Amino acid sequence: MNIIETKTPGTEAPADLAGVVLLAPDADPLALPLEGVTRIDLHFPKFTDGRAFSQALLLRRRRGFKGDIRATGDVLVDQLVQMQRSGFSSAVLRAGQDIAHARRQFERYPAFYQGDALDARPLFARFV
Amino acid sequence: MYQYTEFDRQFVKLRAAQYRDQLERNLAGQLGDDEFRPLRLQNGWYVQRYAPMLRVAVPYGEISSRQLRVLARIAREYDQPGAALLGEAQAKQDTLGGVPVPGGGQVRSRLKVGYGHITTRLNVQFNWIPLARSADVMDLLASVDMHGIQTSGNTIRNVNTEALAGIAVDEIADPRPFCEILRQWSTLHPEFAFLPRKFKISINGAKEDRAALGWYDVGLQLLRSEAGELGFKVLVGGGMGRTPIIGSVVREFLPWDQLLNYLEAVLRVYNRYGRRDNVWKARIKILVKAEGQRYIDQVEDEYRQIVELDGGAHTITQAEFDRVAANFAPPVLPRREHTGEDAVLRAAAQADPEYARWLARNVKPHRNPELRAVTLSFKRIGQAPGDATGEQLDLAAELAERFSAGEARTTHEQNLLLPWVHAEDLPALWHAARQAGLARPNIGLLTDMIACPGGDFCSLANARSLPIAEAIMQRYQDLDELHDIGEIDLHMSGCINSCGHHHSGHIGILGVDKDGKEWYQVTLGGADGSDLSGAAQPGKVVGPSFSAAEVPEVVDALLETYRELRQSADGKTENFLATLRRVGMDPFKAAANAARLNEKQVA
Repeated sequence: MNIIETKTPGTEAPADLAGVVLLAPDADPLALPLEGVTRIDLHFPKFTDGRAFSQALLLRRRRGFKGDIRATGDVLVDQLVQMQRSGFSSAVLRAGQDIAHARRQFERYPAFYQGDALDARPLFARFV
Repeated sequence: MYQYTEFDRQFVKLRAAQYRDQLERNLAGQLGDDEFRPLRLQNGWYVQRYAPMLRVAVPYGEISSRQLRVLARIAREYDQPGAALLGEAQAKQDTLGGVPVPGGGQVRSRLKVGYGHITTRLNVQFNWIPLARSADVMDLLASVDMHGIQTSGNTIRNVNTEALAGIAVDEIADPRPFCEILRQWSTLHPEFAFLPRKFKISINGAKEDRAALGWYDVGLQLLRSEAGELGFKVLVGGGMGRTPIIGSVVREFLPWDQLLNYLEAVLRVYNRYGRRDNVWKARIKILVKAEGQRYIDQVEDEYRQIVELDGGAHTITQAEFDRVAANFAPPVLPRREHTGEDAVLRAAAQADPEYARWLARNVKPHRNPELRAVTLSFKRIGQAPGDATGEQLDLAAELAERFSAGEARTTHEQNLLLPWVHAEDLPALWHAARQAGLARPNIGLLTDMIACPGGDFCSLANARSLPIAEAIMQRYQDLDELHDIGEIDLHMSGCINSCGHHHSGHIGILGVDKDGKEWYQVTLGGADGSDLSGAAQPGKVVGPSFSAAEVPEVVDALLETYRELRQSADGKTENFLATLRRVGMDPFKAAANAARLNEKQVA
């Protein structure tokens, strides 16, 4: 997962926004036209607002979107693993988050019970 | 009981390590309190009035002696505030008034320490563990395959069932394998960890609904189709709180292997459309009520796509079902040599009228005719409903070991049940349980009341539950009177969040706040869905709320009215709820209102 630290305003390189689509938290991911889209930004108005997890999963699993799905907004290190499991491939951390803490979270669990965007099969269907 | 695999064990230990990492960052100032809060809630740590509260998950109520002993140790060693904190807390509670006991005496708040509290949702709570020691407690729990995962927060909570699961005489199918499959599926589900609000699931496997299905976000009734196929009737959108609603049937029959796929659809539609702007309208019940058939259509459409387009990866395989179900085979019980002492115990028991009462109230039939299910009563004078000291938890562990294959169950009514007791061991168990103070023959009776911790502990509470409960407990100590009043559900909550399930009580008591003072609303005729209570429904409010001092008098007046109005036929006396339904609310309302102190003073 590509974890992006928030830069001091004014220091970012000019972004190439061609192919980037913003999908609002209340928008339907199944209705989004995907032609020419290389990146979809999903938004967390608050980190406790979990709608974007479902959006990311549907884009990956049901729409088969292969481009970048990016988490923006109130993105904290302790939600990154579940973001990755839901289908996010990049995340822009909220200011003040420590990227070293973020990295550590990815090494914690060797596997989970339920299927996710990385492997659709639940644990019980993987080790048979 | 389910036996943890190496994976399960490692998973819970890693979860404890993850929690420690989060706690240490919070204590070091690297993780703000607002960011830490949902993380600790997802591990069962809730900050209350005076100290943190830990809610330990007891998945679908099954607990071993080994686990009970660790809970006992947590009670003794960790559920201990410093003298200063306890003194300060007690001083604050002392400023609240006492509750008079009808007939004499008064109850004041007395904060206890060093105990666990069995909840209506089968978990066990501790009230005094300092947050700085919380990670140590999680390690200790993990050492016996326990945790607090998703016992709080806007997550899928501990899945519930009834205490007689797997042993009931009227069972259609054992719900526990499905409870365990759901436990695993819901644990750290990446998509559903930040739902609009908490989400509770209950499964009933018997003909009688003893799992309060109508009151759950999702209620699942096991049944067989005409072709003999096993499946579920699915109810969605029940719940208590400020807007009590009974769940709607969204599926008459769902094949058992589709359970996870279907719940994924139920939750995904809720995650998308559930309200996030108003905490009082965020439960799934509000969505289902507002959308009705449209919600059901959306779920069915999403379910179809999960199966047809996504491939239905969570279809439960026969192999997985068999693997999990094998854990729930009845234990092989060692036969005890019965000695001369047993004969003495039996003779002594049979000579004691209290033993006959205990057999009638606390002992239930079992699917295996040689066995019985025995409830240990945690409803007695001087201790809050469901409270168990470290010593009592150890005693319960010992009783479970001696008499019940090392297994106990937490019950919805805040007691412990021993599921594997040999009928011949009943006299010996009765003697031992009586010595432990856990043989009060009051199961299903008035003093087997449900109460939340209320305003003595909980920061959400508007009013205290425990002194009211204790006043009623003290008033109704006469077993003859208690048995004469008969079966009745008295449920008490300190606030509208309804942890004490007041909506489903035949008599419900709800703490409300008026001008910063403690007041109580009384409801009548609520039902949990059991055979005794009838179809699930919320009780109706009697009238304006009562003061704390009036509540025990009101209960007294309601019961007196019942005893005056009840009828008998064929030697059977109708119970409180039957009388209420036959004669209606009016005589009860009149009696309750007459018990108001100012009415009495006027009169």
